[in-house]
Amino acid sequence: MTLEVDVERRLGAFNIAARFVTEAGGITVLFGRSGAGKTSVVNMIAGLLRPERGRIALDGRVFYDSEHGIDLPAEHRRIGYVFQEDRLFPHQTVRRNLHYGRRFAPAGERRIEPDAVIELLGIGHLLGRRPRSLSTGEKQRVAIGRALIACPRLLLMDEPLASLDTARRGEILPYIERLRDELAMPVVYVSHAVEEVDRLADEVVVMSEGRAAAVGAVEDIMSRLDLRPLTGRYEAGAVIDCAVEDHDRRYGLTYLRFPGGRLTVPFVDLPQGAPVRVRIRARDVSVARLAPAEISILNVFKGRVVEIDGEAGPIVDLRLEVGAPPETAPLWARITARSVADLGLEPGAEVYALVKAVALDRRSLGLRQRARARD
Amino acid sequence: MGVLSPAETEALLLSLRVAFWSVLWSLPLGVFVAWLLARCSFPGKTLLDGVVHLPLVLPPVVVGYALLLLLGRRGPLGIWLEDWLGLTVAFTWRGAAVAAAVMAFPLMVRAVRLSLDAVDPRLEAAARTLGAGRLWVFATVTLPLTAPGILTGVILAYARSLGEFGATITFVSNIPGETRTLPLAIYTLTQVPGGEAGALRLAILSAVVALLALLASELLARRIKAGLGGP
Repeated sequence: MTLEVDVERRLGAFNIAARFVTEAGGITVLFGRSGAGKTSVVNMIAGLLRPERGRIALDGRVFYDSEHGIDLPAEHRRIGYVFQEDRLFPHQTVRRNLHYGRRFAPAGERRIEPDAVIELLGIGHLLGRRPRSLSTGEKQRVAIGRALIACPRLLLMDEPLASLDTARRGEILPYIERLRDELAMPVVYVSHAVEEVDRLADEVVVMSEGRAAAVGAVEDIMSRLDLRPLTGRYEAGAVIDCAVEDHDRRYGLTYLRFPGGRLTVPFVDLPQGAPVRVRIRARDVSVARLAPAEISILNVFKGRVVEIDGEAGPIVDLRLEVGAPPETAPLWARITARSVADLGLEPGAEVYALVKAVALDRRSLGLRQRARARD
Repeated sequence: MGVLSPAETEALLLSLRVAFWSVLWSLPLGVFVAWLLARCSFPGKTLLDGVVHLPLVLPPVVVGYALLLLLGRRGPLGIWLEDWLGLTVAFTWRGAAVAAAVMAFPLMVRAVRLSLDAVDPRLEAAARTLGAGRLWVFATVTLPLTAPGILTGVILAYARSLGEFGATITFVSNIPGETRTLPLAIYTLTQVPGGEAGALRLAILSAVVALLALLASELLARRIKAGLGGP
C-alpha cells in the first residue's frame, strides 16, 4: 500500500504544508506534539477538510489533486475513520451502528466479515444496547468495529485512546494490533504518545508545525537525536524487534534474538520464533569501558558510542550501536556527564552496554504477529 | 357527536381538517427552510430569514390581505393555480389551510432550526466517512436526531393553525361549512344576540381539543426520547 500525501492549507495563523509518502502495509504513525497539524492532515486524507493545494493518493487512486481539479467527496473515498471521541450514533443500537457503512461497500470489496470483527473486538454482548449505556472503552471498540465493517481501503485513527484512562488504553491496544495482523488493514494512526509509537508503528511520520519533518521506519526515526526537539522530550529508549529464541523454564527466563545479540528477559509465554518488540529505556542501560566480570547483569553487549546528546546538563543520553557489524542494533544509555568525562567517551569509543533484565517488563513487550512487508 | 349540534360538529371537523393540511404542507417545507438556515450560507440568507419570520411580527390581517392580493381570484398566483391546477384557494377551506400554514410557518421553522443546531455536525462527518452521501446522512442521522424539535414544531404549528383568526377571515372570509373554523364560529356567535351560550360551548370545545393535542404530543415525545436512547 502506498499513501502519497502532499497538502497545503492555511488555518488561521497556522500553515499546513505536509508532504510524505509511506509504503506501510501495517501501521503508519503520524507522531508529533499537539498542535503539530496531525489531525488536520488526517482530516484532509479523509476528505473532511479541503487542502488549498496538493495531491492525495492511495495506491495510485487519486482522492485529491488541485492541479487536475479532483476532490473526491469523503463518502466516495472509502477511508475508515476512528475519531478521538467515539461519535457513535446515539439513536441507533450498537448493531445498527456497526452495520451503518456496510451497504456502501461494493459487494466485491466486502472482504471483512462483520462477525469476525465483532468477535475480534469482543463486542458481541453489546449488540442490542444503545451507545449511551456503554463504557468509554466499549464505545471506542464499537467505533473501531463500525469503521472496519464498512470495509475501508485504509483506516485512520486519530488518537483513539485519548479519551481513555490508562487501564482502558491497555484494553484497546491489543485490538488495534490484531486488526492490523488478522485483518491486514493498513492503518494511519495519529499519536503524541511515544509508547504508542513504540508499540504500534511500522512507519513513523514526525509532524512539526504543519510539516512532515521526517519519515521512516520506527527503529530509525525513534533513535535519531536530531528529531527529539520536534517530538518532545520523551523517555529516551530504543525500540528493538526480536524473535523468541529459547526459554529457560528453570529460572523463568526467555531468550530473544536481535541483531545486536541475545537478550535475556523474564519469561514470555510465546512459541519459539515468535516476533516480539522490546523497548529498552535509556535509564536501564549503563556502560563500561572494559568487559565486566562476575556481575549480576545478564545482558552485556559489546558496541560503540555513535552519538552523545550533551545538551541536557548533568545527565547525558548516549546513542550506542551494539553487535558485530553489519548486524547491529541501536541502544540508548542515560549516564551522568561526569561518567562521560571519567570514561573518556566520545563517538566511536568502544564500550560494553549493560542492560538489567528486570527492566524489560511485560508492558514493553509488544506482540508482532506479522512480519513487516517492506521493500 | 350527540353532544354537539350539527353546526358545532361542522366547525370542529373543519378546524381539524384545516389544521391537519396546514401542518402537513408546512412540515417538509419548514424542515427544508430550517436546514437551509441552519446549515447553509448563501446570498440572501438574511432576507429569507426575515421573510420567514414576517408573519410572526405582522398583524395577521396584513398577512391575510397579502394572501388575498397574491392568491385571490385575480392575484398572480391565484390565476396560475386556477389555470394550471384547477385549484381555487380564495374563499375555500384550502385557503384557510394556506392562511394557517403561513401564520404557523415561523414557529415550525424556529423549533426545527433550534433542534438542527443541536445536532453534532461531527456525527454527520462520521457518517460520511462510512460512505453515506449527504441525503442519506440527513435521512438517517440528522433527521432522527432532530425529531424532538420537529415534534415541537408540529405541535406549535398545529395549535397556531387551530387558533388562526385574523388572516383567515381576511383572506377567505367567514363561510359556514367552508371557512368557518372554531375561532370564526365563536366570533360569529358573539356578534349575534343570545349567542353567548353557544360561544361558551365552542370555547370549551376548543380547550378540550387543545388539551387532547398536548396530551398526545407528550406521549409521542416520550416515545421519541426513548428512541433516542433515553432522556
